[in-house]
Amino acid sequence: MTEQPVLELVDLVAGYRTRRGVFGRRGLIRAVDGVNLTVGAGETVCLVGESGCGKSTVARSVVNLLAPVSGEVRFAGRSLASMDRRELRAMRREVQLVFQDPYASLNPRMTVRELITEAWRIHPGIVARERWDAEVAELLERVGLNPAHAARHPHQFSGGQRQRICIARALSVRPRLIVCDEAVSALDVSIQAQILALLGKLRDELGVAYLFITHDLGVVRHFADRVAVMHLGTVVETGATEQIYSSPAHPYTQALLSAAPSVDDWRDRGGEEIVLRGDVPSPARPPAGCRFHTRCWRAEQRCDTEVPALEERGVGHPVACHYASVATGLDGLGIADPAR
Amino acid sequence: MSALLEVSGLQVAFGELRAVRGVSLTVGKGQTLAVVGESGSGKSITSLAVMGLLPAQARVVEGEISLDGVNLLDLAPEELRRLRGEELAMIFQDPLSALNPSLTVGYQIAEVFRRRRGASRAVATGRAVEAMAEVGIPDAAERAKAYPHEFSGGMRQRVMIAMALALEPRLLIADEPTTALDVTVQAQILRLLRERQRAGLAMIIISHDLGVVARTAQSVVVMYAGQAVESGTVAEVYGTPAHPYTLGLMAASPSARTGRRGIRPIDGNPPDLTALPSGCAFHPRCPFARERCRTETPALRPLPSGRTSACHFAEEVLAHDRAAGA
Repeated sequence: MTEQPVLELVDLVAGYRTRRGVFGRRGLIRAVDGVNLTVGAGETVCLVGESGCGKSTVARSVVNLLAPVSGEVRFAGRSLASMDRRELRAMRREVQLVFQDPYASLNPRMTVRELITEAWRIHPGIVARERWDAEVAELLERVGLNPAHAARHPHQFSGGQRQRICIARALSVRPRLIVCDEAVSALDVSIQAQILALLGKLRDELGVAYLFITHDLGVVRHFADRVAVMHLGTVVETGATEQIYSSPAHPYTQALLSAAPSVDDWRDRGGEEIVLRGDVPSPARPPAGCRFHTRCWRAEQRCDTEVPALEERGVGHPVACHYASVATGLDGLGIADPAR
Repeated sequence: MSALLEVSGLQVAFGELRAVRGVSLTVGKGQTLAVVGESGSGKSITSLAVMGLLPAQARVVEGEISLDGVNLLDLAPEELRRLRGEELAMIFQDPLSALNPSLTVGYQIAEVFRRRRGASRAVATGRAVEAMAEVGIPDAAERAKAYPHEFSGGMRQRVMIAMALALEPRLLIADEPTTALDVTVQAQILRLLRERQRAGLAMIIISHDLGVVARTAQSVVVMYAGQAVESGTVAEVYGTPAHPYTLGLMAASPSARTGRRGIRPIDGNPPDLTALPSGCAFHPRCPFARERCRTETPALRPLPSGRTSACHFAEEVLAHDRAAGA
């Protein structure tokens, strides 16, 4: 029996309305432009990409903070669009969101106990009132905080500890999916590793699935089962983590991996990384054809006009490039013109 | 030895709080030194002290900062001001807050030539455009007329580098120069800095990112709780850490380069600078800690091959590396 995926995105298009000029026509920035993605039960899928690639817009669509322009977000097989208010409310229990900034996402006037029990007030029936204190203590223990500190306020905790509070809060409603939007990006390395270890432990113990959104390619490699690389609103390459890292086939993935500084780089400093020309184009005016062609060193004429589909192209996993070819070991890669 | 910059025994205090509690470092001519550490380690305060740009409430309590043999701490403010730009320059993480939003970028760079070189407006503008072209800003003559908000993050950082290098200083201090940038843009800026290194510019890179340091520096100082805890060449420090904190940092850093190996966190939290642990500040988080570490503060001491470590048990840490490497 194949298990029902927790989350499915089907041709998701989502974005933001703009107005051009004083009397201008309404425009639409398609920050996410046709994304397909599945997260299985207990699976960790990482969305990786640079600023403006639409990864946070995906997160907002998944938790229903942003209605899709077209396409579907399905939770446990059911489209969010088809749910009534009561069902949406129930759905919100099962999907939780953890943000980058634990300073901004906790109400400073509430105690840790109030922060954690808030959801139980909103969703009665998760935890009986007489069990609250015991459950709070258990949750704090589970995320590595001292249960005796339940009466404290957020400012009495460090950044890493606050992120633990956010995680405890997310767990309090027993979700099946936690969307982490750059949840470890603001933390120091030693603390980041603690939070990753905690998230991994929760995955093993509770079977929770993660949609993990990050720009950090090191974190992805160590945490994800599967990866989807996003570029300007579309997924350009996706597959099992080790496969993407050991044999990236899209030039953008290759450039990202080659450019990501890594703690191991002191070993081999002979090679130069791929340095792309210019800046990331604005998502408001993405280039025609392949959206990467303006920065791509492999681009041919065809790429200016023809949009490459995300499909299996003989490289072992889906990739959206007309000229996809695997690069094994990034040392063998050609070097693009320096950025001048 | 021909050191360009030598900092020794630097201590900086904010009132009662010691933000920097003993830092020594040396930058050779044309060399790049990295200072790594997590938030609150004192790395940025150290670099501001070198620049003579400490905030008003901070003061240097002890130590010496000498540039080519001249102690910067003895200089009068106007002498120091002359050195900034001519000898020392600095770039920051956030170029937008370092630029004046109401003046064109070209004007701001040209101002350096007008004020420092007495150049006429026309000459200064021409040199500003040259400086912009040199750091890889396309259509420099056109872009010089644009305002900071019209530039992308990466281009703004190029503008800052153009401005910092305008008077050809010998030492550039780069404080988290690429932290706010996307990976592919970061690669562009790091390449630009490497080109300047090859042309003989000495640099201090302040970073929390061990990968950026591995790609740019020859030697490295690791800071923890206001102290330098280890220093040496990048290969020495990364390959065989001689301080348990460095060892912990390496193990906690996820690498995009190697397949899945467990990353190991460092237990506990960074210390509160107002209530530092007794003895070695790292001992509550240290797997090597003994009784001695609780009572006796370890000094930064030399180890063979010129590297240093501030750990009572540095030899044991090195033996551990060798065992793990075998």
